[in-house]
Amino acid sequence: MTEDKQLQDELALYGVHLTLLEQVYNWGRSNSLWPLQFGLACCAIEMIASVTARYDLGRFGSEIFRPSPRQADLMIVSGTVTKKMAPQVVRLYNQMAEPKYVLAMGACAISGGPFKGGYNVVKGIDRYIPVDIFVPGCPPRPEALLNGIIHLQETIRRQKLSGPGKARHADRDQPSEYAIPEEGGRDLVPQYNAETWRPSWQGGGK
Amino acid sequence: MTSTEEVESISEKSERLLNISMGPQHPSTHGVFRMKAVLDGETVVKLTPVFGYLHRNHEKLAERTSYLGNMPYTDRLDYFCSLTNNWAYALSVERLAGIEVPERAEYLRVITAELTRLQNHLAFLGFLLNDMGVWATVLIYGFREREKILDLFESLTGARMMCNYMRFGGCRCDVPDGWVEEAKRITDELPGVLDELEQLLTDNEIVVARTQGVGTVPGRKAINAGLTGPVLRASGVNYDVRKVDSYGVYDRFDFSVPLGSVGDCYDRFMLRLLEMRQSLNILKAALNELPSGPIINPKAKNRNLRPPAGEAYGRIESPKGELGFYLVSDKSGTPYRYRVRPPSLVNLTLLEDMCVGQKVADVVVILGSIDIILGEVDR
Amino acid sequence: MLDLETIIKRVQEAVPSCRIELVSNESHSGHHSLLVDDGHAVEVARFLRDAPDICLDYASNVTGIDWLNSTVKEKVPVTETVEGEEKVNEKTVEKTVPGYLEVVYHLYSMRLKQGPVILRMRTGNRDPDVHLPSLTPVYRSAELQEREVYDLFGIVFDGHPDMRRLLMWEEFEDHPMRKDYFPPEESDESPIDEQARPKQ
Repeated sequence: MTEDKQLQDELALYGVHLTLLEQVYNWGRSNSLWPLQFGLACCAIEMIASVTARYDLGRFGSEIFRPSPRQADLMIVSGTVTKKMAPQVVRLYNQMAEPKYVLAMGACAISGGPFKGGYNVVKGIDRYIPVDIFVPGCPPRPEALLNGIIHLQETIRRQKLSGPGKARHADRDQPSEYAIPEEGGRDLVPQYNAETWRPSWQGGGK
Repeated sequence: MTSTEEVESISEKSERLLNISMGPQHPSTHGVFRMKAVLDGETVVKLTPVFGYLHRNHEKLAERTSYLGNMPYTDRLDYFCSLTNNWAYALSVERLAGIEVPERAEYLRVITAELTRLQNHLAFLGFLLNDMGVWATVLIYGFREREKILDLFESLTGARMMCNYMRFGGCRCDVPDGWVEEAKRITDELPGVLDELEQLLTDNEIVVARTQGVGTVPGRKAINAGLTGPVLRASGVNYDVRKVDSYGVYDRFDFSVPLGSVGDCYDRFMLRLLEMRQSLNILKAALNELPSGPIINPKAKNRNLRPPAGEAYGRIESPKGELGFYLVSDKSGTPYRYRVRPPSLVNLTLLEDMCVGQKVADVVVILGSIDIILGEVDR
Repeated sequence: MLDLETIIKRVQEAVPSCRIELVSNESHSGHHSLLVDDGHAVEVARFLRDAPDICLDYASNVTGIDWLNSTVKEKVPVTETVEGEEKVNEKTVEKTVPGYLEVVYHLYSMRLKQGPVILRMRTGNRDPDVHLPSLTPVYRSAELQEREVYDLFGIVFDGHPDMRRLLMWEEFEDHPMRKDYFPPEESDESPIDEQARPKQ
């Protein structure tokens, strides 16, 4: 009933507000996304700049950076993920409580960026953990990060908590933790996490 | 002491000792740096730094990239100070290939480098005070001023952080209309901001208590350990590459080199404040005397540069210390060997010596006072 | 500043048995360097640091270079007997110069504000574990940089207090800055990677 927008608007004129619990819940958590205080490289500086006075991420409810993954909702992967760092990134992701989201900030976190040819560089963090929002740039301007967070908020507001097509965190069959890659003799083992990513010749979407 | 007693005391002590790992994800480590510390109570007994969490293979990638193509990579070394990185690299290639730089370009280099030093030190103050627990107050003041300087960079080069501005034999583009006036306005404003910061911080009881006598380094030890930049001068060693090598046109400006006397965290913190005043002096003179003329040597080849075989080492005084580039050419279009002498990494040589005997909370302040950037430490 | 010829003379007086020679540099920088034999490098460095008029008290940059095997064309006089007459002809012979690894130290004097004097040491070959003496006991600033050279080039520095990898993880087996290193096969090779791959 409440999905009838017209009826909702009509009743609102008489001071009667109808909504779904799902919508209130999504509205609430989308406006208080607490990021993990976790800077990797150059993009981290633009992430800090977006918290400070000129860009003021606080206007969108995300200024509280938590140093502990247990208290954070959003992981901003801000910079190059090296092979030495990737296990800790996955470990931090696993330690975050659901619902959790990942924002890949900058070219390096998306694909390896300018350092793609390096022997110690992971070619995109989506090879190990699921990414919700990609913000391109090298580094992205603070405005771009704000835009990415606004997009994420819109995504969260649309998420369904039950029924078909429900959100990942509401689906018991979806994994919440991913295998942590190990440091091998030549490379990380495995080279990618088959649950989140597949190379194009194996039917991956990339 | 008899041997049994000795054994007992050792086992007692090893039960008491606590191993902790700080980082790579830790709010105080300025990125992905890691320290393994052994604590006796709150006192640090041993501290082992772990590097490499941001090792992204600059040097290997540079060996397959053209000389010009490496310029944007240098932006990403010390990502606070892209312009000084550009200068150090351009200087090394100019030495290798024997390229002259016109006067106006030298002045523009000095102006952008000193602006870079200012915004680096402003951010440094913010981060250091963050490490002491002044959550974001000074950081927001520092970044407020830094944004103004970044606006200057943006209107000059097109980018806030990754400027990619210098070229072999000069600079990429000339200043836009009104840029010099805007830069003058900002340099005139900044002394007031520095007064404000000094008033807020230098006599502050908490700052004094947390930094004086913490992490002391004597001068002789600092020289032997290769410390450079503000960390070295805080120990009282008068060595500034701008004065010693007088690269560019630094010999034309009247500025002094501030020195510390004790070599503790307070000296390192004060030295940055004093250095900013000197940078402002240089900036004022350079902006007033900016000569007209070409901004790049017309004979200088940038694309497909193939320097004669040989090697060259060029170094400048970056805001963090002595930044050097060592290049070996084999007459091909890519460097045979490309090496960055990272001031941040070498300045960490004495980290353990500074920290042992101090409290664990001081480790955070000591690391903050060295001013490292992980992009440069690990490269 | 003393010129390199004088420094060589002084070093030979102070450390009589050492072999030290000038390596000239043809580029515009004019940075010539001194090649020291590895047996006496520590003594030479200590002398350069402590001699009051040389006083190279600061080692700025420490790095490695990998030189692959190379072929050099040389003209060699060959005596040939043609129709009973002896003739001296010049013949071009291809000679293989074995590759080696090299460590370069850039030394400056902070007290006298002079420099640089460049020291080099060379290994005999490019074996997986080649040894050179460490200059860390003389210059502490070499400590982390020598560890980096060990990590990326695989030169073991004897006398270094803490010879571990600096940047890569402990289990890593390769030395990636060597010229013959190839990064591990990626499961998803895009065309960009193929171009970036060094030619074999």
